[in-house]
Amino acid sequence: MNKIKKRKTPFLKTMQGYIRSFQNTWKTKIQPKIDRLIYRSRHNSLYDERGNTIKIAKIFTIKITRKRRHAFYGYLFISLWIIGISYFTLYPLIYSFYLSFHEAYYNLQDGVTTTFIGFNNYLNILRSQILIPLYTNYFGKMLVAVPIIIVFSIIIAVLVNAPIRTKGLWRTVFFLPVIISTGPVINELNAQSAITLPNLQASGIYSYVVNNLPSFLSDPLTTVINSMLLILWYAGIPILIYLAGLQKIDPSLYEAASMDGASPWMRFWKITLPSLMPFTGISIIYVVVSMSLFVEPGGLLDLTRNHMLVGAPDSAFWFGYGYAAAMAWIYFILMVLLILFFISITREKKGKLR
Amino acid sequence: MNNFLKLPVKTEQKLRKFFLGKTLSDGFLYRFAIYGLLISFSYIYLYPLFFMMINSLKSVDDLINPGVQWIPTALIWENYERAFQVLNLPESLIDSTIYVLKVSISATLSSALIGYGFARFEFPLKKLFFAIMLATFILPQQVTMVANMLIFKDLQIISTEWAMLLPAMTGQGINAAIYILIFYTFYKTIPGILIESAEVDGAGQLRIFRSVILPLAIPSFVIVFLFSFVWYWNESFITGLYVGDKVTLPLWLQAFRASYESIFPPGTPGAELNEAILLAGNMLTILPLLLLYFFGQRLFTQSIDKTGITGE
Repeated sequence: MNKIKKRKTPFLKTMQGYIRSFQNTWKTKIQPKIDRLIYRSRHNSLYDERGNTIKIAKIFTIKITRKRRHAFYGYLFISLWIIGISYFTLYPLIYSFYLSFHEAYYNLQDGVTTTFIGFNNYLNILRSQILIPLYTNYFGKMLVAVPIIIVFSIIIAVLVNAPIRTKGLWRTVFFLPVIISTGPVINELNAQSAITLPNLQASGIYSYVVNNLPSFLSDPLTTVINSMLLILWYAGIPILIYLAGLQKIDPSLYEAASMDGASPWMRFWKITLPSLMPFTGISIIYVVVSMSLFVEPGGLLDLTRNHMLVGAPDSAFWFGYGYAAAMAWIYFILMVLLILFFISITREKKGKLR
Repeated sequence: MNNFLKLPVKTEQKLRKFFLGKTLSDGFLYRFAIYGLLISFSYIYLYPLFFMMINSLKSVDDLINPGVQWIPTALIWENYERAFQVLNLPESLIDSTIYVLKVSISATLSSALIGYGFARFEFPLKKLFFAIMLATFILPQQVTMVANMLIFKDLQIISTEWAMLLPAMTGQGINAAIYILIFYTFYKTIPGILIESAEVDGAGQLRIFRSVILPLAIPSFVIVFLFSFVWYWNESFITGLYVGDKVTLPLWLQAFRASYESIFPPGTPGAELNEAILLAGNMLTILPLLLLYFFGQRLFTQSIDKTGITGE
């Protein structure tokens, strides 16, 4: 029995033989060649390393200092990023800016053909009966929704931070939307009107807004009310940011305040809120960016793609890639304006409180 | 009369302590208010999820009947069977998992390298580069997609996975700024003495990164990997544009109506598409992520403190 067990099968034996012979050839033949190549690359007439100096082409000598070595390794580590940022981010940014002043089409023979048309793309967007309401609605919706999200997430964070049990459970619940909010699922929920609170729509506020306000005010308000749940879903990450902020407040501040006779209400307004203010900027950026990037069917980003790929379904005017680039640029500028606006508001408040 | 309502002093004190507590914040009323608020807010949050779960199991009659809202008269598991078929499930799940794994692993590795470069070394223009890196967060690919399409066409990688892989490998993928920032903040917490002692022992910078830093950074790797997995899984617009129609499960869901009609052609009895089947498809699409979240929720919710997106 033992003998049979110890004996190796011929297949294994041959495999082992192959591996061993490969190892031998690697050690005796390939490894020395690689070593010599490396040595040659470090010591040749163009580039020569000796001790602490490098000679380039036998003319320039560079001393290797700690600082220089650090700079070299720093660039080595971020070299991937430098390639990426220049090729996949900055170049497209400039290129799309360039395209937005051109009439650009793509065909298989010549690639991209562009003709300069000045500001016409932008003017055509400003004249468009379909796009302008979309832009104003986007802007209005953000103006209403972002403060709601920020206030809501501060409230939730303070509640979760209160001395209660099952903190982990609440965190889990309020972070859930970040995990499951994928575009198609939200669109489906939207189509089945599962992202609105039924009570809110039936209440008096809704009909009051619809009946009594001019449409440029009521349209954003009603879209916000109609997608209330979806908007609150964006609070997932701000809640966690504020929670982290709350944990950084020194508890002795609260003790000192209650010694002086401050009520919990006062303590919230005088201690909690001012110390959360620095975290508002990053929350606003996060909320604005993630809300703007949500692609709803028939929304601006969706239309941009349509204009780029198949042309405008709604009109005889199709201006191809240039037109789409101009649309995206206006969208981006609005987004940055919104961020700047909100951040400037919160900065002012911070100054007042202190 | 007065005597009747007057309680003994001890009882009154006990009641007061029970309801208001010593400092108000440990009394019953305070807790009741907080739990009440939290429960109602989380109802708002979970309502769409409950809606999906319940309605995906309803029969057609229950869907139409306004009297049936939360408890269906019968559970129709056939909805799920059909959605399973339409989503082409085992294959599409495996395909999209493999694709998302590729992209998110390359995003994780590249941001680990880039974050180390920013955190550890001093080099000229570092501050400028770092500022640009942070600014890329507000310049997502959706904004530059028009030019990106043309660039990818020039590179001839449009409609292949490389259109997503290359930006991910070079630290330009979805939310890459956040990943780099997570690693950056982590590397900053590693004491410099550790690295210096390795230098004294004669290790080169690459060797230090491989044998000292990487083993320490495993928690950050897990966090970044989980986040990038979720975000790449959920991203359907850019993926659909660059890579193809049916790459990830959400993209299969987007084409649900069309593929339903090809599998169950209209006209055959009992084959009409209803909301319940659609919602079953939705449930099946988010189920993998729900499972992932269920097992790794700690990693998700407690990671934001460590990321440094909070401002320092």
